[in-house]
Amino acid sequence: MARLFAAVLVTLVFSLALTVPAFAVDMTPPLPDPVLQQRYNVLVHELRCMQCQNEALADSNVSLAADLRLQVRNMLAAGKTDDEVRNYLVARYGEFILFRPRMSLRNLWLWAAPVVLLVVGGLAAARILRRRAALLDADPDSSEE
Amino acid sequence: MNRFLWPLIAFALLMVVMVVGLNNADRKGIIRSPLIGQPAPVFDAPDLLDPSARVTSAQLLGGWHLVNVWGTWCVECRAEHATLLAISREGKMPVIGLDWKDSDEDAKVWLQQLGNPYQHVGADRDGRIAIDWGVYGAPESFLVDPSGTVRQKRTGAMSEELWSRCFLPYLSEPQPKIPADCT
Repeated sequence: MARLFAAVLVTLVFSLALTVPAFAVDMTPPLPDPVLQQRYNVLVHELRCMQCQNEALADSNVSLAADLRLQVRNMLAAGKTDDEVRNYLVARYGEFILFRPRMSLRNLWLWAAPVVLLVVGGLAAARILRRRAALLDADPDSSEE
Repeated sequence: MNRFLWPLIAFALLMVVMVVGLNNADRKGIIRSPLIGQPAPVFDAPDLLDPSARVTSAQLLGGWHLVNVWGTWCVECRAEHATLLAISREGKMPVIGLDWKDSDEDAKVWLQQLGNPYQHVGADRDGRIAIDWGVYGAPESFLVDPSGTVRQKRTGAMSEELWSRCFLPYLSEPQPKIPADCT
């Protein structure tokens, strides 16, 4: 028991020793206005780092992400709206830069598919249930109930 | 029979959608540029080799150009350099370089040692021009037509095979049929 305890303790100490302290990735100078800074924080978390495609701009330390963060910051400081910043980046990098895709004619079927499937499935289920009930009613040998 | 007909049709339709989708998919991780079919982004950069000159988007008008984004820190750029020299020698169009986030000194040494395929090289020291071109991984090459419209883009190293299969067809035909793996 004591040995087990010692082993667990040693493992814990070692694994803690191996962890790297978290450091700030984002070296962009903060915006003077906290409201702007808040909008900046939201934006850089919903924009994709194009170089390391599963990371947000906020979390990536590649130099392009730093450049794009600075661009977002400067655009907000210059009074651009969130949508203007998004459109600016989409025009250059494509819709892919948005983690949350926007609804458009091109991807409308993607948004509609769950609803359509639910309705079709529901109708099919209702039909099957009704038919089964009709079968039971019509069966004189039915021993149910 | 009728019981299985509809599920079978649904399954067949799904297969068609998936096969078509897979065959038309872009290369994995490569994003089709929204710039294709759009006017080339406006820029005005200092000339890397001539301190008194500028390299501008206005120079792209009036003839075909290949705009190549590179840097000495970029491994793939070294790999494609021989191809760029061959394209430049071939003489179908001038190659315009954009030296992306690089040290001017390193870039000059690179061109001296490996040869200079570029008609002009603009120095994009802070990466602002590259953002306008939607650059995310050097090397990138853009084909710009005489009206200044971006027609084709390659992300990654250029090769002679890609050059003749994905780029040159634009010179002879207005709307060439380009294979899906060209982007």
